[in-house]
Amino acid sequence: MSDPTHLSLAEARDALTSKQLSAVELAQAHIDAISKSRALNCFITETPEFALAQARESDARIARGDARPLEGLPLGIKDLYCSKGVRTTAGSRILDDFTPTYESTVSANLLRDGAAMLGKLNLDEFAMGSSNETSAFGPVVSPWRRAADPDAKIVPGGSSGGSSSAVAARLCLGATATDTGGSIRQPAAFTGTVGIKPTYGRCSRWGIVAFASSLDQAGPITRTVRDAAIMLRSMAGHDPKDTTSVDAPVPDYEAAVGASVKGRRIGVPKEYRIDGMSAEIAALWDKGAAWLKDAGAEIVEISLPHTRYALPTYYIIAPAEASSNLARYDGVRYGRREQGRDVSEMYEKTRAAGFGPEVRRRIMIGTYVLSAGYYDAYYVRAQKVRSLIKRDFDEAFASGVDAVLTPATPSTAFAQGEKGSADPVEMYLNDVFTVTVNMAGLPGVAVPGGLAANGLPLGLQLIGKAFDEETLFSLAAAIERAAPKIELPQPWWREG
Amino acid sequence: MSVDSATVRRIAHLSRIAIEDSEVERLRGELNAILAFVETLSEVDVDGVEPLTSALPMQMKKRADVVTDGGIADEILANAPSREDHYFVVPKVIE
Repeated sequence: MSDPTHLSLAEARDALTSKQLSAVELAQAHIDAISKSRALNCFITETPEFALAQARESDARIARGDARPLEGLPLGIKDLYCSKGVRTTAGSRILDDFTPTYESTVSANLLRDGAAMLGKLNLDEFAMGSSNETSAFGPVVSPWRRAADPDAKIVPGGSSGGSSSAVAARLCLGATATDTGGSIRQPAAFTGTVGIKPTYGRCSRWGIVAFASSLDQAGPITRTVRDAAIMLRSMAGHDPKDTTSVDAPVPDYEAAVGASVKGRRIGVPKEYRIDGMSAEIAALWDKGAAWLKDAGAEIVEISLPHTRYALPTYYIIAPAEASSNLARYDGVRYGRREQGRDVSEMYEKTRAAGFGPEVRRRIMIGTYVLSAGYYDAYYVRAQKVRSLIKRDFDEAFASGVDAVLTPATPSTAFAQGEKGSADPVEMYLNDVFTVTVNMAGLPGVAVPGGLAANGLPLGLQLIGKAFDEETLFSLAAAIERAAPKIELPQPWWREG
Repeated sequence: MSVDSATVRRIAHLSRIAIEDSEVERLRGELNAILAFVETLSEVDVDGVEPLTSALPMQMKKRADVVTDGGIADEILANAPSREDHYFVVPKVIE
């Protein structure tokens, strides 16, 4: 078989089942691709022996007719998921050589279903960032290039930048990711891949390094909608170790791919037509609506009046929760320790040395908005506005809309160093279309919509009702069928 | 609202993050940029609105109050930067 890294996850699954390809061959092809693609800096830790050992077991299982749903499929795992016996960093220096003695529930579900782990993927430090430039292990580079400026290093989005770049560059068939304000959907949109953030509670958060617990949710990044459906089915499910995980059956999401979208009502929220929206993004959005209409859906304008307050609300709630979650990094139980004269100085020096600038900034903002005298004015007010943002969606869905269509990002990807160096808020604006979804706990999927004039991918976002990921898979598949096919540039990033 | 340099130092201490004198001005500017960005929330009418504390309405799960885990002291200490027997070691707390 020609290069098996060019298969989709579904195609690789079928090739393994029909024994056209062995799991060891498939794993080795990806291991070779990874070892020649270090210029992208996708992986913090590579685990080739682990992947090959799993592949040998998969081949044995396939041979005796005992294949599991993801048997022999090599995946990348975002380095925010704890991996038993494998260093887990969260993209931070503060975790040092932390080696979990347990496996996160979601990655354990993937391994249970037969997937192989190729390694741990780079990310923004503690998942705080939109370009993968805050990682303590260096920025990740996207395989995409600007047509007119091919030497500029393009960011893969963030925080799941290692996941999106590795999937786009065919270093793995799919990858796990996490999304707190857009960290699955924005990197997927920037790299021409598919990323779904499921409903809050759909996947267990247990064993995933916490950022903002009321917003964090796990999901996959893949090259096709079908692949995302296959991965999410294995990732999702109830976990008694996460009290917010939902005890409800997991549907066969793959069955929803290809289902008719005839008669579905799609809301287009007028408030997303923000000031200064580029003509290209507006045109993409119109095309997305036209593709769904051609597939039989009905397009209606809706109003989500509190949209513009979602990002400011996020920048109170997420740092507040982060300041609490990250209090655990104290140099006592795990991770790095700097010496101090007393315990307090040890804490302060450890945290100053271990956390990067963006994480320090967010912890400080979170500490401030939770501090005495400011708690009501900032934190409680933000929680009330969050109720209003959620109510907007509730009312839209109550009016008979099945899903909401928006652009995924306000622009294409940019080059390293181009955004946020003078003003952190400039970087935050990347998440303007995605963050509302986390606020309301809803599922959202980013799906490629074509290429911009600069040669970089653009993505559309679909937002669904709580626990109605199936409708999103059907609609995203309709867009995938209609959108122009996008082709990666020649693999300039490969050595040898 | 905006923060002055004394407040920046106080927040850093509450956060248990050591900062250099030379960092205070830069941090003050960055924190104030974020606070100015979130200031827009003050224009929202939130009278009578309940704060959202759970993304989706769900009952807190309960289980019988019994021990389900434990006896893994070695695992818990495995990543400690400093340990002795089954204890975490820290600088002296009480003089």
